[in-house]
Amino acid sequence: MLQACGLGRRKPGSDQWLIHGICMAVRPGDRIALGGPSGSGKTVLLRALCLLDPIDEGSIEWKGEPIRGDALPAYRKEVLYVHQRPALLEGNVEQNLGYPFSLRAHRGREFDRERIVALLDALGRDAAFLRKSNRNLSGGEAQIVALLRAIQLDPTVLLLDEATTSLDPATVAAAERLLDRWWSEAPGERAIILISHNPEQAGRFADRRLHMSAGGTVSER
Amino acid sequence: MDKPYIELSYWQVGLAALLILVNGGISLMLRLDIERRLLVAGFRTVAQLLLVGLVLQWVFRVGRWYIILGLLAAMTVVAGVSAVRRVHVRYPGIWLSSLISIWASSWLMGALAVFVIVPVEPWYSPQYAIPLLGMILGNTLSGISLGLDRLGGELGGSRPQVEALLALGATRWEAARGPLQQAVRTGMIPIINSMMVAGVVSLPGMMTGQLLAGVDPIEAVKYQIIIMFLIASGTALGTVGVVLLSYKRLFNDDHQFLYQLVREHP
Repeated sequence: MLQACGLGRRKPGSDQWLIHGICMAVRPGDRIALGGPSGSGKTVLLRALCLLDPIDEGSIEWKGEPIRGDALPAYRKEVLYVHQRPALLEGNVEQNLGYPFSLRAHRGREFDRERIVALLDALGRDAAFLRKSNRNLSGGEAQIVALLRAIQLDPTVLLLDEATTSLDPATVAAAERLLDRWWSEAPGERAIILISHNPEQAGRFADRRLHMSAGGTVSER
Repeated sequence: MDKPYIELSYWQVGLAALLILVNGGISLMLRLDIERRLLVAGFRTVAQLLLVGLVLQWVFRVGRWYIILGLLAAMTVVAGVSAVRRVHVRYPGIWLSSLISIWASSWLMGALAVFVIVPVEPWYSPQYAIPLLGMILGNTLSGISLGLDRLGGELGGSRPQVEALLALGATRWEAARGPLQQAVRTGMIPIINSMMVAGVVSLPGMMTGQLLAGVDPIEAVKYQIIIMFLIASGTALGTVGVVLLSYKRLFNDDHQFLYQLVREHP
């Protein structure tokens, strides 16, 4: 489904490789945990996979086709990246969740409030949370909103960059249940790649474990 | 024939120049320690203005179109460079973006003035072309630099939001629109403000000049109105131009935000 071959990205303005020669395939239904020391290029790799940054070497193919130019927004809708630090827009939670549906890539779809309320319920929060302003959210709450904002769009591949790092243990468990539930809605169709520094989480969550070493190479464990 | 204004002798000018001593006195008394800067500023005022006067006198006397065009081009380049100098960010191509925007917008407005609105015969008549373009350039310059400065700040500060939108499937335009709008708005605020208070708080410079030269107040006002609208449109076009050129430079065809190209400039 998603195939990266010889993928490399240099540090901008220098010859140093951040990631180099990475080959990997993501198949439907994959639950991949991506581990490795800090600075080994995990974030760079996820950003490269959704083509948020230019790549200097190699290729990425989506369903057998290279992705270029104006195909990018529609591709990123399928291969959706959630930042390590959640970036919310001005406004309350509901406005943040509804905003993506105003984008051209999601035209024809509408914000499904009922679905969000059900998901919030699973996280132990009620609908009043939707009215909370982005300025009054804790770091963990903001991360929950960013996660909900992503999964409600039903991407095919979800790229999570330490998306549960700033959450307390109870919310981490809830977020994992949320991801489980979302993944099981369409078994064998959706894939998740999760960067995690927590081996237990990786063991719990993933069925494939990839390890990045310094120098930006990736190996299956 | 009597001139409609009082001609000044160099003695009279010198008398006014002595007023710099007032500033010097204040600086000494309050120990502001700016006497040296005052002295330099005073000398620069005199020297620069005399130099410009001599150049203009020569240009007016010769009156050849290519010399006037050359002078206008030089003024435009200086304005384009000054606009970037006041900006606190840099990215590759910023100088060219500024130059193209200021050139296209001010010359379009200048051409509109001398060919259509006024119209001047011949079109390059320095008495009109030089001050008209000068005023348009001066204002477009500040619009461009304010717009660029704001754009740099916005794109730096909102990089997470811009990237989050791109990651959610936004096109580069959808992701950048907020910062771009802010930048254009900021660039246009000063001219809107001066249009709001025109004639109420202070008399605009050109109108004051014409009044001193003995022109009928209503005639002076007509010119001032024309120039205000030329300046407003020039500023709008220049600001939009530089913001769009920057956008094209910082967001590539693959809808990626090339944030690493933007650098702080103290």
